Amino acid sequence: MAAEAEPLTNPPLGTLTVAGASLLADPSGALFFESDGLLFVADLHLEKGSAYARRRVFLPPYDTAATLARLAIVIERRAPRAVIALGDSFHDAGAGERMRESDRETLRALQKGRDWIWIAGNHDPAPPQGVGGQAMAELRVGVLVLRHQPAAGACPGEIAGHLHPAARVRSVSGTLRRRCFVSDGARCVMPAFGAFAGGLNFLDEAFAPLFGGTAVTAHVLGRSRVFPVADTRCLRD
Amino acid sequence: MKKPLEHNLPLPPMFRDWFAARGWAPRAHQLALLAQARAGKSVLLVAPTGAGKTLAGFLPPLVELAGAQEPSRRGLHTLYISPLKALAVDVQRNLELPLAEMRLPIRVETRTGDTSASKRQRQRRDPPDILLTTPEQLALLLASADAFHLFAALKRVVLDELHAVVTSKRGDLLSLGLARLRAIAPGMTMVGLSATVRDPDELRRWLVGQTPGKSPAPMAALVTAPPGAPAEISMLDTRERLPWAGHGGAHAINEIYERIKTARMSLVFVNTRAQAEAVFQQLWHVNEDSLAIALHHGSLDAGQRRRVEAAMVAGKLKAVVCTSTLDLGIDWGDVDLVINVGAPKGASRLTQRIGRANHRLDESSRALLVPANRFEVLECRAAIDAAMAGAQDTPPARSGGLDVLCQHILGMACAAPVDADRLYAEAVSAEPYARLTRADFDDALSFAANGGYALQSYDRFAKIKRRQDGLWRIANPKAAQAYRMNVGTIIESDMLKVRLVRGGGGAGKPGAGGGAGPLYYPAKLAGGAAPSAYTGRVSRGGRVLGEIEEYFLEMLSPGDTFLFGGEILALAGIVENEAHVSRAKSDAPKVPSYAGGKFPLSTYLAERVRKLIASPGSWKDLPEQVADWLALQAEKSMLPPAGKLLVETFPRGGKFFLVAYPFEGRLAHQTLGMLLTRRMERMGLKPQGFVASEYALAVWSLADAGTRAAKGLFTMAELFNEDMLGDDLEEWLEESALMKRTFRNCAIISGLIERRFPGKEKTGRQVTISTDLIYDVLRRHEPGHILLRAAREDAMTGLLDLARLADMLARARGKIVHKNLERISPLAVPVMLEIGREPVYGEAQDVILAEAAGTLVEEAMGG
Repeated sequence: MAAEAEPLTNPPLGTLTVAGASLLADPSGALFFESDGLLFVADLHLEKGSAYARRRVFLPPYDTAATLARLAIVIERRAPRAVIALGDSFHDAGAGERMRESDRETLRALQKGRDWIWIAGNHDPAPPQGVGGQAMAELRVGVLVLRHQPAAGACPGEIAGHLHPAARVRSVSGTLRRRCFVSDGARCVMPAFGAFAGGLNFLDEAFAPLFGGTAVTAHVLGRSRVFPVADTRCLRD
Repeated sequence: MKKPLEHNLPLPPMFRDWFAARGWAPRAHQLALLAQARAGKSVLLVAPTGAGKTLAGFLPPLVELAGAQEPSRRGLHTLYISPLKALAVDVQRNLELPLAEMRLPIRVETRTGDTSASKRQRQRRDPPDILLTTPEQLALLLASADAFHLFAALKRVVLDELHAVVTSKRGDLLSLGLARLRAIAPGMTMVGLSATVRDPDELRRWLVGQTPGKSPAPMAALVTAPPGAPAEISMLDTRERLPWAGHGGAHAINEIYERIKTARMSLVFVNTRAQAEAVFQQLWHVNEDSLAIALHHGSLDAGQRRRVEAAMVAGKLKAVVCTSTLDLGIDWGDVDLVINVGAPKGASRLTQRIGRANHRLDESSRALLVPANRFEVLECRAAIDAAMAGAQDTPPARSGGLDVLCQHILGMACAAPVDADRLYAEAVSAEPYARLTRADFDDALSFAANGGYALQSYDRFAKIKRRQDGLWRIANPKAAQAYRMNVGTIIESDMLKVRLVRGGGGAGKPGAGGGAGPLYYPAKLAGGAAPSAYTGRVSRGGRVLGEIEEYFLEMLSPGDTFLFGGEILALAGIVENEAHVSRAKSDAPKVPSYAGGKFPLSTYLAERVRKLIASPGSWKDLPEQVADWLALQAEKSMLPPAGKLLVETFPRGGKFFLVAYPFEGRLAHQTLGMLLTRRMERMGLKPQGFVASEYALAVWSLADAGTRAAKGLFTMAELFNEDMLGDDLEEWLEESALMKRTFRNCAIISGLIERRFPGKEKTGRQVTISTDLIYDVLRRHEPGHILLRAAREDAMTGLLDLARLADMLARARGKIVHKNLERISPLAVPVMLEIGREPVYGEAQDVILAEAAGTLVEEAMGG
């Protein structure tokens, strides 16, 4: 409530350094590489709702629209030269044909005037037909390597998705669980961006091979900005 | 015993002889009920505990079946439905004796979740005369194609503990099931058995089919048993100093123990599992005489609970510390004293608990109320006065939940193709749904079919489809299977199994080792040497101690210690859906249990407490400490005036506090706190947080609201204006965790999210998609969706208690009294002491993150 008043940290809030490259962590869950005008998002999981509906679990059929609407806001805010989606952008192989025409139009409008790269994910080894953009297995930008699934062992400069990190944070005022970026300064795992994408606590074993015991910071998505919280201040589920 | 007054048909000689042989005479209300039932009417019997209610309910079917000609081919005659499966089992045991002694060839069987698959199969093929079951089992039976055959000859339904069932979604589901039964067997009549309630007519309507618009609404006949001997209720006037806050009753533990010693068998009721643990633990600390004291609450392993129950019936126990799990009407043996620790919450609830003592009408029940803090003294006093006056404050009838209707519609489609018009007519014949609109029904039908979204994109995946003949048929056998696995409306908070993974060897602490576990601690352990039977080391992958609410575990970190099953346990970690624990060596649990009450203070009792405070003339019945405290309040500030809302403001510790006394219960106060802090934020008062108790609400802020109000810069009327229920509420609901939990329950009951699927049961953490995410998306994209409407309706009376808050704000209009004080008032002390004990609310999410981030900076700068 009273948090807006005083600045709490020395480095500007929301800055995240990966192998020397300075990136802006957006509270939406996107990462902006300002010097190159690149916007990274991970795990959009478009059409997850309709994928569940096939199994008669009728989740609201609005997740694609909701995800794209949030993406539109951050694109407008940062005006990137290119958008790079780090895989699992589509929930399954049938996502393309189930996607509504209005959502396709939204997507086309977002792609207009900029490059758009679909990095391959385990849910979407190849993007569906007719969604525009360019498919790639992974992408190198200077010191940065952009891919879906983080490689095991040290991998400086890697920015990946796949794990859907979330953090449970406790302070004197209470506890909450939010999506987060996880970084040790050498590499970074991005939060899932999709409206129906769940979160995995970054203290889970699945993250252990990536950070090899070094101190890790969770850059937790707040409402208006991203807050860096030391792993020692975070709780397991 | 009075002579039977009115009955058209005498009790058959066989029954009269049986009563006489037992030295009993049938009671007037038993005969009256028999007469009404045999005249073909549905009947409601309202009777206090011990009035022979169950026997009364079974007399009509037994008399009818005793006179029946063909025992073998008559089909299912009577269905008995109780909210507890233990009650069904208990009733079967109690029926065995008269059936055997009268040599009646009547078959009575139970059917619960524990009944084997083969027995269930056989029951469908060859039903007993009387089937004893639960609301969920009825729903399952009705969802099968056999239902029409099975219930074709049904004559009677006996509903036990009706007062308890009708206030919940289980009641909604049952009412719809009964509507279907009436359709299958139009001649069937009902017998409802109920404790004393505020308005019997509500239950009388509930029991019979309704015709919307018909006035007066049809009602079942009413038979009322005479009240039993008045209970002897007293309040403990403690020798100790009465605590200002807290709910544990620790100060009175020696006095409680003394009363247990002098009674034959005592039931010690508390309001929550955590309190049960705490009281049990404290009793064992003072148990110099090694009395057999046991613990019973819903989280304990079922086997353990059954052992405690059996020991009670066998008279082996001196006392049982229990929660509402023992509230309902099972006869647990020779209880002669009921001790209620903490606030009674409602007059009717108290009367029913007291009824647990002494199942004989003509003897008084003895009860002792032990208030745990000063406000609870007032509440206890008010509850005793209300109980003496025979006042009732059972909750009002509910209107049926839309989520339950969604579930029911799918079940009906599993049984047979559904004609929408007929099913609608059937649904509105159930009292809770009598005011259901066709539009809402159609939405529920559409939800059951394909999610019911405005965007009709899921048609091709539908669970039920409308065919050319106009009937809705189940489209996929897997949808029927999923329905059967997820039937019911009981959503436990997400529970995790508590598994003991290491033998701890806590010195001097008795433990529940070994296979079966003890019923109670065997002895006060002299010199720390525990008898070997109770110190068995348990290996990894050890036994399950019971289940615990996930939200409680969320407060803990590995290594934290807490009380469970009468022991101090340390959390080792959470693995999938199990909490692994070990015995702790510590003597006191580190994490104090969340000790708040589960039940809100009834409006009726709240009103009595308010009146009590406002009239010093009535304080003579209060303990001196409490009367002094109130007198001091009158001197330092003022007593909350009857019919008005007192708001105090004062500075303390560099912050400014605003304390209001609405007396509307914790839930309504929490909602009020959320909305007030939003408004204070906008007014520039810089609120920082709040804490709510049953009686009061305290908000703290950086700005001095009191002085500003005193200077006329804003008014309290402005602050407490009802319009906070408009946009402020909407904004808050957007993110309220309580609202999300409410939504989650609706999503599960309606069948949107499956709890169980073949081969696997999921716990909350394993549900593959978070209902919070669904809630967010749905609110934004289809705010009028039926599930959001269902959740909204629940929020009115449930976790947010909006209805009560709205009433309070309306009453307070123009009647707010503001006291700007220099220091904290005596009445404010209890709620101020809750700060730090209770979860602090506030839209403080970014604050939490900022605080955590701030600590990071401190660590970084300092280190």
